[in-house]
Amino acid sequence: MGEAPSLAEGDEQFKHELARTLPHLRAFARGLSGRADFADDLVQEAAIKAWAARDRFTPGTNMRAWTFAILRNYYLSELRRQRHHADYDPEVAERLLVVDAGQEDGLHLSDMEEALRQLSPERREALMLIGASGFTYEEAASISNCAIGTMKSRVARARVELAKLLDPEIEDGALPARSRPRAQRTSRFGDSRL
Amino acid sequence: MEFVLSPTKGPKGPRQESGVRSPPRDGGDPGWADGLKKLYNSVLNEPLPGSFDDLLKQLDKGDDG
Repeated sequence: MGEAPSLAEGDEQFKHELARTLPHLRAFARGLSGRADFADDLVQEAAIKAWAARDRFTPGTNMRAWTFAILRNYYLSELRRQRHHADYDPEVAERLLVVDAGQEDGLHLSDMEEALRQLSPERREALMLIGASGFTYEEAASISNCAIGTMKSRVARARVELAKLLDPEIEDGALPARSRPRAQRTSRFGDSRL
Repeated sequence: MEFVLSPTKGPKGPRQESGVRSPPRDGGDPGWADGLKKLYNSVLNEPLPGSFDDLLKQLDKGDDG
């Protein structure tokens, strides 16, 4: 009573699921973009796009994966757009692309955030999907619209790069003992091609 | 020789890796990802900014779409 029953039952359910997914979208976007304010803009846009496309969502399937795909597609399109405009609007380009802007707004970025920001977007995304968000390779590949092998390769390479960024003493094929368990638990990696 | 980066299907499963010390990872979570998970969870546990409530209310009104 009192509330306008403006949403169909399916829409209501969709909105409920979308709301539950928002914290995950924020976490994913933060890792992708490296900036809290921009990340929340991304999530807002992704949520609006998801809502607009809700008819294409199959109830019972993975809302998180579905919305992550929307968010990453939007993020990459924004990156491309800003690169096109980089010559004309350096401030905007810096906002999106420069990796050392962490102190500008008084934020203290963790070493992990700093390291992530130095990776390419696709490697950053791969680490966020597999390492942080806990998706399977199959799910992550679907979100990123790439082959599973490509996703595995990206993760492998990104892991090596991240380990080096976090510990500059690490060199190719010569990880210090304390880093081995997490950074080189397989006999070798980084040899797979896209 | 063949080596495996991770299970090719499914998120779980014991890892068969040789050489290096490998703590048990029953959940299948890769140990290298601890820092990433921490970062992710730190955001996950933040209170949702009010702007998102506003957004959801907008959806209620059926303004978008």
